[in-house]
Amino acid sequence: MKRRYSPMMTSRRKFLAGSGAVAAGLTFAPYKSFSAEEKKINFYNWDTYIGETTLDDFNSATGIEAKMDLFADNDELFAKLKEGNPGYDVIVPTNDYVERMITADMLVPIDHNKIPNFSNIEKSFQEATFDPGRKYSLPYMWGTIAMGYRKSKVSAAEADTWATVYESDKFAGRIALLGDAQNVIGHALKLLGFSLNSKDPAEIKQAEELIIAHKKNFKVFADDNGQDLLASGEVDIAQEWNGDILQVMEEDDDITLNVPKEGGLLWQDCLCIAKGAPHPENAHAFMNYLLDAKAGAAIADYIQYATPNGAAKKLMDKEYINNTAIFPGEATLANCESAIFLGAEATKLYDDAWTRINAA
Amino acid sequence: MENWNENKSTFWIFALPGTFWLVVFFMIPLAIIWALSFGEQVSLTKTEVTGTLEHYIRALGDPVYLKIIWKSIWMSALATFFCLLIAYPIAFLISFVRGRLKMILLAAVILPFWINLLIRTYALIAVFRSRGFVNFGLEWVYKTLAMDRLFGPFQPLELLYNNGAVILGLIYVFMPFMVLPLYASIERLDKSYLEASLDLGASQFKTFWRVSVPLTMPGIVSGIILVFIPMLGSFLIPDLLGGTNAQMIGNVIERQFKAANNYPFGAALSFLLMYATFAALALRAWHASRSKGNDV
Repeated sequence: MKRRYSPMMTSRRKFLAGSGAVAAGLTFAPYKSFSAEEKKINFYNWDTYIGETTLDDFNSATGIEAKMDLFADNDELFAKLKEGNPGYDVIVPTNDYVERMITADMLVPIDHNKIPNFSNIEKSFQEATFDPGRKYSLPYMWGTIAMGYRKSKVSAAEADTWATVYESDKFAGRIALLGDAQNVIGHALKLLGFSLNSKDPAEIKQAEELIIAHKKNFKVFADDNGQDLLASGEVDIAQEWNGDILQVMEEDDDITLNVPKEGGLLWQDCLCIAKGAPHPENAHAFMNYLLDAKAGAAIADYIQYATPNGAAKKLMDKEYINNTAIFPGEATLANCESAIFLGAEATKLYDDAWTRINAA
Repeated sequence: MENWNENKSTFWIFALPGTFWLVVFFMIPLAIIWALSFGEQVSLTKTEVTGTLEHYIRALGDPVYLKIIWKSIWMSALATFFCLLIAYPIAFLISFVRGRLKMILLAAVILPFWINLLIRTYALIAVFRSRGFVNFGLEWVYKTLAMDRLFGPFQPLELLYNNGAVILGLIYVFMPFMVLPLYASIERLDKSYLEASLDLGASQFKTFWRVSVPLTMPGIVSGIILVFIPMLGSFLIPDLLGGTNAQMIGNVIERQFKAANNYPFGAALSFLLMYATFAALALRAWHASRSKGNDV
């Protein structure tokens, strides 16, 4: 799974100022040590996926120095922790990787007594099928995979079905799909009326054949730059993470996004404590701080992703709350599905299909 | 006079760093990957070496993998051929100019090394995309010649996201590896042989084929090997510049170590690729020894 960048990244100066402030905050952090743990925490996060001054503010509030490292995708995160934790406390895997890491015994259970701010989270996010009882994960941000398109070329009706991408020849050579097996095949499965997480070899085969039959229509399987192809006019339709398309929507009024009526992938990034974390106490304090209403609002305001934090949402302006590109309607969400961890056998099915699709 | 045969300790001290490097960073990792290719995944994070052949059977049983390996071979071979074709005159030019200009030309070949491969590849995208610099330039020429009045508006060329773009990217990225060994061997070439050949009545063309090429053959061979083998395993360039069927074997292998989380299968594919490379090298060596035999 590849990743989405913040729409706010457009202002480089703002970003530099922000990182400067963080660096300054880290450099001059007081080394006071009253508890048993040293006042430090190592945070492993996606790029531009936290508020401008969040780490700094956390440091002023608690005296704990937060150091942040970045990963580019879930596979990188998993590969890095697979052979043993190199020293990270809090990590931010996506829902199916939370499940994968629970299965592989790579996470530490969360002590909910130390997370009073959990009550800020909306009811629907307090439970999760991939982590019953929220024993290992707290929701951080969520979103969808959508169809980004040019309004001048594609009608709203055409953008409301994946058939425009996977079946119609109208936009031949003007379509970019994502670059990974599970998402490209998964959304074809959705169009065929199956589950995005199908483990049925016959259904996966059917999706594979559909994609191969219309492969000439796809310009590229874009790993993480579908939004750039859309913005530069290389394609008219791009299947992408909603946050990525939001980024180019800010710069180009002709671009918008829609989650087709068949539904798309619903993802949720979670805060978890990695097994072998050197500072579990501070990790709890840090996660609790991120779920705080004010801190959560500052993060959401900066990165422009959908927050599951109800208390934080109350502090946000209308422009954010009513943005359907960030918060799709209830009817759309009802058709969306979260990815589940498929297990080794089904992963192999998807990978084989993907190899054949690419070689066709 | 000293002979290294009589001074073994000196010899071993000098050989130590190289041996250490070869063993620790080459032989051991390779042995690990080789062992992994006979392994079974017992859990998400653990692989046990059980001696199973299932990964080789999977790779050879489905023709798609051999098809991809074959495709990687001919794409790399084509790119290597063009590399040689372009690099030879460049190397010749560099070795024939003198002084400052030589330094400047050499720097021009080496300088791109200083920029990260990923950034160079992204730069290629900006140059070749529909609204890229090449198409802007062509459009300007098209309009200046008023051809739009004759043939209608300018249609940008589709230069990216196809096999041609991948081959072009491979040539661009690996060119210095071809130029440098060629330059080294042309530099060593005694230019009086060329003069002798021309003085004795051979044409420029004949001199090139009968004198220059045979005498610089070691450079040509090492250039081909230096360029062809890394091309065979590349995955970044097909990923970024290729279209929906650009997948090379490097992409499949990379996926096994990341998204598919199947180290044993990835290891087996890597070794199949390596056997194919060895076979090609062995074939070359056999061919070389046979043709030498015929000459005598």
